[in-house]
Formats: sequence, C-alpha cells, structure tokens
Amino acid sequence: MSREKILAAVAKNKPDLTPLPEIQNFGNPYANLVEQFKAVLTAIGGEVVYVKDWEEIRAYIQTHFGGRRIVTNIDPLADVAQESWIKSDPHSLEDVGLAILKGQFGVAENGSIWVTETEMGQRVTPFIAETLALVIQKSELVPKMHDAYIRIGGERYGFGAFIAGPSKTADIEQSLVLGAHGPKSMLAFLME
Amino acid sequence: MNHADAAEKFNKDFDRTTWHDETLWWVRQKRDRAAFAIPEWEQLRETASQIKHNVLSNLDNYLIEFEKNAQKNGITVHWAADAHEHNQIILSILKSQGVTEIVKSKSMLTEECHLNPYLTENGVEVIDTDLGERIVQLADEPPSHIVLPCIHWKKEEIGVLFHKHLGTPEGCADPVLLTHAARANLREKFLTRRVAITGVNFAVAETGEFVVCTNEGNADMGAHLADVHIACMGIEKIIPKREHLGVFLRLLTRSATGQPITTYSSHFGKPREGQQMHIVLVDNGRTVQLGREQFRNSLKCIRCGACMNTCPVYRRSGGHSYHNAVAGPIGAILAPNLDMTKNADLPFASTLCGSCSNVCPVKINIHEQLYEWRQELTKSGHSPTAKTLSMKVMSAVLSNPTVYHLSGKIGRFAMANAPFVVNNSFNPWFKQREMPEPPKESFGEWYKKNRGEK
Repeated sequence: MSREKILAAVAKNKPDLTPLPEIQNFGNPYANLVEQFKAVLTAIGGEVVYVKDWEEIRAYIQTHFGGRRIVTNIDPLADVAQESWIKSDPHSLEDVGLAILKGQFGVAENGSIWVTETEMGQRVTPFIAETLALVIQKSELVPKMHDAYIRIGGERYGFGAFIAGPSKTADIEQSLVLGAHGPKSMLAFLME
Repeated sequence: MNHADAAEKFNKDFDRTTWHDETLWWVRQKRDRAAFAIPEWEQLRETASQIKHNVLSNLDNYLIEFEKNAQKNGITVHWAADAHEHNQIILSILKSQGVTEIVKSKSMLTEECHLNPYLTENGVEVIDTDLGERIVQLADEPPSHIVLPCIHWKKEEIGVLFHKHLGTPEGCADPVLLTHAARANLREKFLTRRVAITGVNFAVAETGEFVVCTNEGNADMGAHLADVHIACMGIEKIIPKREHLGVFLRLLTRSATGQPITTYSSHFGKPREGQQMHIVLVDNGRTVQLGREQFRNSLKCIRCGACMNTCPVYRRSGGHSYHNAVAGPIGAILAPNLDMTKNADLPFASTLCGSCSNVCPVKINIHEQLYEWRQELTKSGHSPTAKTLSMKVMSAVLSNPTVYHLSGKIGRFAMANAPFVVNNSFNPWFKQREMPEPPKESFGEWYKKNRGEK
C-alpha cells in the first residue's frame, strides 16, 4: 500500500529528468603510491610494515603477538595461527587478539584497504579482533576511490568494506581515542 | 520554546558558548584542510550535485530497481509512508523474533521518526552504540549534532554520567578511560543482542547493496553478530550506480570531520548465511519536499554536518535550540516541510551569510532556501508575531517620507539625549553590544544643506 503511495507521489512530484554526469577519473597526482598510502594510513592511526615475503610476516607476528589468540585464513601463515574458526559461531571470536587477513587492494588517497567476505572468513572478524592485520601487495595500490570502484567493477560480494585504520572515536571533547568497539590497532603488511 | 529563546538560554553560559563555537570552528578548519588538498574538489561537488539531481528526477525508477536487486540478494524490503509506519514495521519484526532488546548504530532517520521512545513504550530496550549517541542516550537527551551527537558535552560531565551508569571512578574525565569503559559495556551488548538496527548512508540501485559509514565499527559489530539486521533509510539515499560511491565517499568524511574516509565504509550486499536482512524505505514528507520546487534540493543532503560546523548561529546557539532531529542550516530547511507551524522559527535562525552553501559537498543552495522559507512562512501567516508586527510598523514608516524623516529625528534625539530609552534589554540590538553614537543630522538633512540648493 505505502509502496504504491510513495512511488505515485514521487512520480507526480519529481522534476524533469536530468542526465547522469560522466564520472571523471581525475588522474594520479601521487609520485609514489606506496609512500602516499603509508603517510595517510599512519596519520589516521594505522601502521604500515614493509615485508618481503610470508616468512617476514610470520617472524613479525611471533615477535609482537606471541601468546595471543591469532586467527587467519591465509595458508602460508597456518602454523602461527588458528585455522578452524571459519565455521564457528561469530560470537566465539570475541577473544581474538590478532586477525590476519588478505586485502584485495589499497587506496593511496585515504589509506583504506578493500576487503570482502571471502577474505574475511567471517564478516565480524576484522571488527571483533583486538588487532587487525591486513596483507596487500605493494603493486596492489590504486590512487583514488574512482580507481577503486573501477577495480571492483561488477564483483558480487555478500559484504565488503574499505577499512582505514583501527576503530576510533572522538566523541568525548574531540579527543581522538583508538579502539572504540573494534580493533585498538591496525597493521598493513605491504608485501613486495 | 522557539529557537531564539532556547539560544538565549544556551548563551547564558558565556564560556560554554565560546567553547562550543571554537570546537566546531576547529572541525570546520579540518574540513578546509581536507578539501583544499583535493585539486578537483569543486568538480567533485558539482558532479555529486548533478548525480543527486538525476536521482531526484528519476527517484521512483531507482527505488523500484533497488528493491528488485535487493530482493534478488535476499534482503526483505519494506516501505513506510511516515514515521509511525516505520516504527510499526520495526516493532513487528522484533515481535516476530520475540526480541525485547536491541542494539542500534547511529541513524538520524530513526531520530527523526522518534523510534527510541516508541520502542521503549512497547517494552523494547534500545541501546545506542555510537559513543556520542550512547552518552546522550544515558543523559536522556537527543543528539545535538548529526555527526557529533554530544559535541555540547564536556568530558567532566561525561565522567559524572559514566560514574553513575557505568561505574567509572568518581572524578575520572580522561577520554581514553571513559571510551574504554563504554567499549567494555557495549561489547557485552553486541555479544548478546539478536537484532541490530543501522542507518544507511548510500543505497545503490544498480546492485541492491547499501553502504554504512562509521569510525567506531559499531554498525558492523551489531550487524555481523546479530541474527537479524534491520537497516532504515530515507528514500533520497538512493544513488544510481556503484561507481558513484567513488564520488560520495570522497566528499562525505572530508566535509564532515576532515578525515580522508571513515574507518569503515561497509557495503552490505546480502544477508550472511542464516541471517535475516531487512531494509525499510521511508518517505515521511520527502515526496512532499520533492514537489516543492524551491526546496527539493534539500533532499540531496548526505548528512555530513559541514553546514552546522560553519554556521555562526549554530555554533553559538547549540543544536538543541533547533528542536528538530536535524539541527543547523540544513535542518532549518528540512524541518518546516515536516511541520510548518512547529518549525516556523527555524529558517529565521540564520545570518543568511551563505557559508553553509559554500561548504555543502552537494552544493545545496541552503541560504537561498532559508530566505525562501522566510517568505513562504510569512505569506502563509507562520512568521513570529513580533516580527510580523514590527514589519508592519516598518512598512508604514518607510512608505511615508514625512513619517520616515520625523522618526529619524526622534530616534537621533532620543539616542543622544535619553539613551536609556534604547539602551535597555527591551531592545534586541542592545544585547551583547553598545548602540552606535547617533549622527548629528541625517543624510537627507546633510544633502539638502550641501548639495540641495545648488
């Protein structure tokens, strides 16, 4: 009932049809995408770690996150983390100390990384862990959001997110606090 | 209480007013830095405005397209003609689930529809999970700003509030400790509530997905842990294609807080396995506004709050003085559409300086619409009595040269010889400022003397 009422009211009251504008790409103003990405992500509370290979990531994790509950769905890291969590109740991830997930690509202008459900394993993983680590290839950086959506194209996903840094808030007198509900820290491993 | 009276009350605390003003101006400056770093900023604004214009000109078809695609994705689509129907739909979903406790992430639409009191009356406990919203909820207040809900609260006051409700140590006013106390408390809610409500920033007709932007991750914590996710959106939030998100996500947060993007820009395409996902499409006066040619641009709003942060009146009067879910300049052009009598004062709560229009990321002509509303409201008899009367007096004086010259003379005489007649609290021009020294003669008199006889 309301559906028809609303649609009829829209049809009656809408202005004459105007065309959609062309979406310009605006080019790439950044001389070095990696440096730009690192500068922005660092400024918004994230941390960037350059690594050569999975071996370096494994070593980094063992040094910095030993003793915590670590989950990943990345095969080469299977020995430093738990793997059998993908089918479990999402609530059971509440005590995860570190989640290491693959990102598809990063965006230099805002330090965000595109991650979909496929890489997340479970949708809640990147949000519920105390620290989130995302791994992307250095070559997988695009300059701007327009490039990001060209890259995503018509991909079908149940859920996807641009993630830019740790969870944060500034609701108390505009003081920035990291770790509102989600991760208190966020790492991006940029791999050669 | 109308805006002017409420603002006067807010202004009684001089230091707080100054602090509020400076805090919001700082946010406005952050917006400037972010905007100026993008050479194509003006082209982006123009593109966004044109996309939104196309949306308004084809809204019915986009809504049908969105519905079809969302349903194909397994999302249940509901339509609500007004706030009451929106609230009823939500309550009926909760009842069907047998649920009496929910978590909600920030949604100005649910504020507009007064969902919280409705659910509370019907025995449902609503927990707002955005920290700012949680603070005002604990204080039993509405948000005073659409992006910064508790911008009017000082940390010491939040400390007292949290001591009472969350058991933080007495006298603790440290933002980090307070935030982490709220985190611990809210985490327990996320882990135990079976239904989560979120707002919607953008819904894409082409794909049937919707995007929710938060910094805290509260929408995601709620939605991904709940069995049922209900998203509520105004019908104007539709955009045609996924690629258009590239334009709006670049503008939204830079305009709002000066950040390059929110921490989480979450794209919900389908419910997760075993989960129910609902979306409620709400009209609540939007189709009426669409039909008001001079005001329909206000439906382009993407709720960034830039117009509030820059508005000299908002900054010095506080969000609550606007007595409407959306405060500030944009609220002042949206509110009269909902209720002309109740909100007739709001379009007058502006200097018409145009700063709001200058910062608007979708180029809404906000100050022009404020001016239009003033004329509209005056014509339809909704302008304040005092203003109507003084305009009548003014009109009589200005249309009669003899009366005009005589009143000028009396005015100058009174100001020079009996200043107490004008320098008192009955004269609004005397508030917070001295009256100017009256000239010895009027321009008319001067002209007659120096030029008139030649």
